[in-house]
Amino acid sequence: MDMLTVEDLWVAIDDREILTGLNLRIPQGETHILFGKNGSGKSSLLMAVMGFARYQVKQGRILFRGEDITHLPTYERARLGLGMSFQRPPTIRGVKTADILRACSGGQVTPEVLAGLYNFTDFLDREVNYGFSGGEIKRSELLQLLAQNPSMVLLDEPESGVDLENLEVVGEIIGRLLQKERRRQNREKSGLIITHTGFIMDYINADQAYILGNGRLCCHGHPRELLNDIKKFGYEECARCRR
Amino acid sequence: MSEIKERAAQSRDKRAPLGPDLDLEGFSRQGGDWEYDPQFREFSPEERGRLLTAGIELTDEDHAGTFFQADARVMHCQANQAGLEVLPIGQALEEQPLARELLWRLVPVDADKYTARAELELDNGYYIRALPGVKAPRPVESCLYLRTDRFAQHVHNLVVVEPGASLHVITGCTTHPGVRSGLHIGVSEFYVRAGASLTFTMVHLWAEDIHVRPRTGVLVEEGGRFISNYLMLRPVGTVQMYPTVTLAGEGAVTRLNSIIIAHPGSTLDVGGRVVLDAPRTRAEVIARSVSTGGVCINRGHLLGKAPGIKAHLECRGLILAERGVLSAIPELEGQLAGVDMSHEAAVGRIAQEEIEYLMARGLDEEEAVSTIVRGFLRVKIEGLPPALEEEMDQAIRESSRGM
Ligand SMILES: Nc1ncnc2c1ncn2[C@@H]1O[C@H](COP(=O)(O)OP(=O)(O)OP(=O)(O)O)[C@@H](O)[C@H]1O
Ligand SMILES: [Mg+2]
Repeated sequence: MDMLTVEDLWVAIDDREILTGLNLRIPQGETHILFGKNGSGKSSLLMAVMGFARYQVKQGRILFRGEDITHLPTYERARLGLGMSFQRPPTIRGVKTADILRACSGGQVTPEVLAGLYNFTDFLDREVNYGFSGGEIKRSELLQLLAQNPSMVLLDEPESGVDLENLEVVGEIIGRLLQKERRRQNREKSGLIITHTGFIMDYINADQAYILGNGRLCCHGHPRELLNDIKKFGYEECARCRR
Repeated sequence: MSEIKERAAQSRDKRAPLGPDLDLEGFSRQGGDWEYDPQFREFSPEERGRLLTAGIELTDEDHAGTFFQADARVMHCQANQAGLEVLPIGQALEEQPLARELLWRLVPVDADKYTARAELELDNGYYIRALPGVKAPRPVESCLYLRTDRFAQHVHNLVVVEPGASLHVITGCTTHPGVRSGLHIGVSEFYVRAGASLTFTMVHLWAEDIHVRPRTGVLVEEGGRFISNYLMLRPVGTVQMYPTVTLAGEGAVTRLNSIIIAHPGSTLDVGGRVVLDAPRTRAEVIARSVSTGGVCINRGHLLGKAPGIKAHLECRGLILAERGVLSAIPELEGQLAGVDMSHEAAVGRIAQEEIEYLMARGLDEEEAVSTIVRGFLRVKIEGLPPALEEEMDQAIRESSRGM
């Protein structure tokens, strides 16, 4: 069964078209990689899938486990099992990281325990994202997702700005989010990961990759091969080949 | 007639420079008549619930002292600790030369008609004094209660914390659940002597048509510390106050915190002034206000008059409703070189991005908004009774509803 299906999706921000007839299918248990140059609309796609107001769906449908969620409010999508880590999350003053971890899990998770596993204890008392470094933000985002435990994991550049040592931690968390330890056919979770560097591919098993260009997906292929092509030929060339 | 009385008489109709003007003849001066009630027997469960919401626990054992005044009547007043004096101000003025000596020193009796009326037609108030070196680990609980509709309550409070002593006073100012309208005039003069410490937590829990005119002056001497916490979370008619804290001795410090929710129909003009009048004094003013449709003007004035002082004013407002109005009016005035004063003021709405961020984590819109508002209003206030913490949560949840 498909975990996430996007059919002929047209999305605009302030009447500027960002996505123009995008199609996407992610079966249960699979993880896909999304490439695309800056400004191509990768983050916008995730935002639209989460249902944020600025990203207006003009046409098309978004399905989660076959159910049409195109018009559901964001929190209902989250409660169904969609979860996203933000490329640039907002700061929330006065709210402690421990509080948001607790809220993400609906009170099921003890923030101290979770943070203890991933060397994040010192941040529990700090305000959400306030004064966090780039790498700290990424770890905070991923811990929130762990607490939330979504079945469809959307990650927006989870490794950018993360140092080599913390890349291990980030990779480990993402592996756990996507049930890397299980055999492929037993995985229940799906992922869609935006990356520029591909570093994160060392820590997970990605099944497929594609490029977002001109408002649609193109160049479907094997993640490593596609990354090598992009490195060799650049996005322009890849966008032209229409694979 | 004494000079004070004379000045008061001349000012009995003098308009206050700030806040909506009130017609004092529109209120009644006829308060209720109740017996002194050492066991708090007089109060129904409903009233007790209301008082608890204002932070008033009606227990003696948890408090260093208790003072309870309904309308003009003092119904309970006692000190539960040696070295502490808790008296109705009327009695103190008769028995204690010190009380007479300190009255009207920090607030001018002819400031406006409200101060004047408090002198001309006094309904009591509290006198609390901690003797030198006396530390009170438990707070003194005081309650100024409007129990009769349309009553105008005039009180005068005097707190003296002698050298080296320390005291926490929690004052709940509230109305009977059935009272809709009325006036509260409260003159307060606090003396924090050398090396002493006073924490003053004031909770206002009024009703839609209650008008409130506190008039407060505070003097902090060398090495003294004054912390004020003000909580105003529920609807009220109008409040206008502008307390002045004078840091008169070297190294004196003050911190003024306020947390305000302005509801539709409420008009608040609040804030205060700190005069840093001695070397190395420090002041911090932290104001947080939220409007769910009401008007709140937040003033702050820091006046630096001595070398080596440090003062900061932080005034932030969050507007939750279309019609809400918040304004922040910070003023800094340094009268010589070598003062370090700063301010930070911001008024705005909740960013949609923050709400959506929390919704992406599974919180519905109301939960997301109340989480953000709670964070916004989170100011570190120590020693709040648990019932008050709950009341804050409750008030925030209700304000976030239907946004
Ligand atoms: N909230 C917004 N308001 C206005 N423009 C926006 C907004 N969000 C995105 N855009 C614009 O839409 C386009 C796509 O942006 P998006 O963030 O989706 O790109 P991206 O592929 O994630 O890029 P990057 O690799 O740099 O993260 C950009 O031109 C961007 O400026
Ligand atoms: Mg992006």
